[in-house]
Amino acid sequence: MFTKRIIPCLDVNNGRVVKGVNFVDLKDAGDPVTVGAAYGMAGADELVFLDITASSDARATKIDMVRRVAETVFIPFTVGGGIRTVEDFKLILREGADKIAVNSAAIQNPALISEAAEKFGSQCVVVAIDAKRREDSSGWNIYKNGGRIDMGIDAIEWAMEADRLGAGEILLTSMDCDGTKNGYDIELTRTVSDNVSIPVIASGGAGKLEHFKEAFTKGKADAVLAASLFHYKELEISEVKEYLDREGISVRR
Amino acid sequence: MIAIVDYDAGNLKSVEKAVVHLGSKCITTRVPDEIYNADKVILPGVGAFGDAMEKLAKYGLIEVLRKTASDNKPFFGICLGLQLMFEASDEMPGTEGLGILKGKIHAIPPKEGYKIPHMGWNSISVKNGSRLFKNVPDNSYVYFVHSYYLKADFEEDVAATTEYITHIHAAAEHGNIFACQFHPEKSGDTGLQILKNFCDL
Repeated sequence: MFTKRIIPCLDVNNGRVVKGVNFVDLKDAGDPVTVGAAYGMAGADELVFLDITASSDARATKIDMVRRVAETVFIPFTVGGGIRTVEDFKLILREGADKIAVNSAAIQNPALISEAAEKFGSQCVVVAIDAKRREDSSGWNIYKNGGRIDMGIDAIEWAMEADRLGAGEILLTSMDCDGTKNGYDIELTRTVSDNVSIPVIASGGAGKLEHFKEAFTKGKADAVLAASLFHYKELEISEVKEYLDREGISVRR
Repeated sequence: MIAIVDYDAGNLKSVEKAVVHLGSKCITTRVPDEIYNADKVILPGVGAFGDAMEKLAKYGLIEVLRKTASDNKPFFGICLGLQLMFEASDEMPGTEGLGILKGKIHAIPPKEGYKIPHMGWNSISVKNGSRLFKNVPDNSYVYFVHSYYLKADFEEDVAATTEYITHIHAAAEHGNIFACQFHPEKSGDTGLQILKNFCDL
């Protein structure tokens, strides 16, 4: 049975996991390798590492992290943050990452999506979209630079464009819902999912079990992403999967 | 010593890291003699059928791979590696595969409500007595990423199957020749067990 995916997201700065991973049983809760392996054991279907390193040697730090993670964690993982060129893709994929998430760089240069897809295959090109509802509620705009700059571009249009250019997946974050724990933006997720032919990962807003189910049933998501909920052990991945299984949603257990 | 065939395939490093993690010695190479003299050979792969066959030809690897297999040396094709081991693919009509096993690669037919590629975790039905799937329970989950799928000519060559839109031959086994469409190097403990079964042959 083909399954829906549950994906924890880890923020990484200078090669260290930041933003509170609260694993009491881990020797080093700041080590991406240790945390990644723990999530693998806990039943994560994939991992996303979002690198927020701003220093000049960000690329080298990132590559080193990917190399170490790939030696220990044998489930698919995506790396995002600061990836701008096809050469960046090559260096990171070569060390064992499975997918690369691009956000601002793809907005600035959409050809990056098609070039990377052509060179490495669509399956490894994840277009991350930060979307926020317009004030007149007529839809959603995309934002770049970590949600700081409104591009004035419609999120649905951009998702469709990314699909056309050869993206393999959309990582869709609702800026309105992110951090609220009131649930994923179901309308946004469903609208994007209905308009693209590639898988959509819903992100932002997970707070309780029902939210995961909604993202799949009403939102038509293919995968869901969550961060603090899992990091602080408010919910265990196994708990989420048991619940979804009971509710008739196919998951890997 | 296991030779991992280096023809610029995307998942080369991941396969190598998994093999090293399992404690097996391996060499990543495109030197025909090193491939032929290894105890076992792994053919990894991510990407397109036509490009990959072109690369294998360019590096002069087609003959040595065919000979390795026909000499019954343990041989394991992974993902695109599986597809290359068969005769032909819908992805690049007119391009001949290695033809180590009999069968063809077809496009997964589109269907409303399903996305292509088949990307994610799916369960496999495992054939009883398969050496590749020793200690792997039936209905185990493994990680797939592919748009084309295998239809082997002979049912007895099929070691595992899965369902996604259509009936997919997910793994093949014929004597010492093994292949799987999914990625054992990315399929957690189940995948490592499968790789270990090959490394321990």
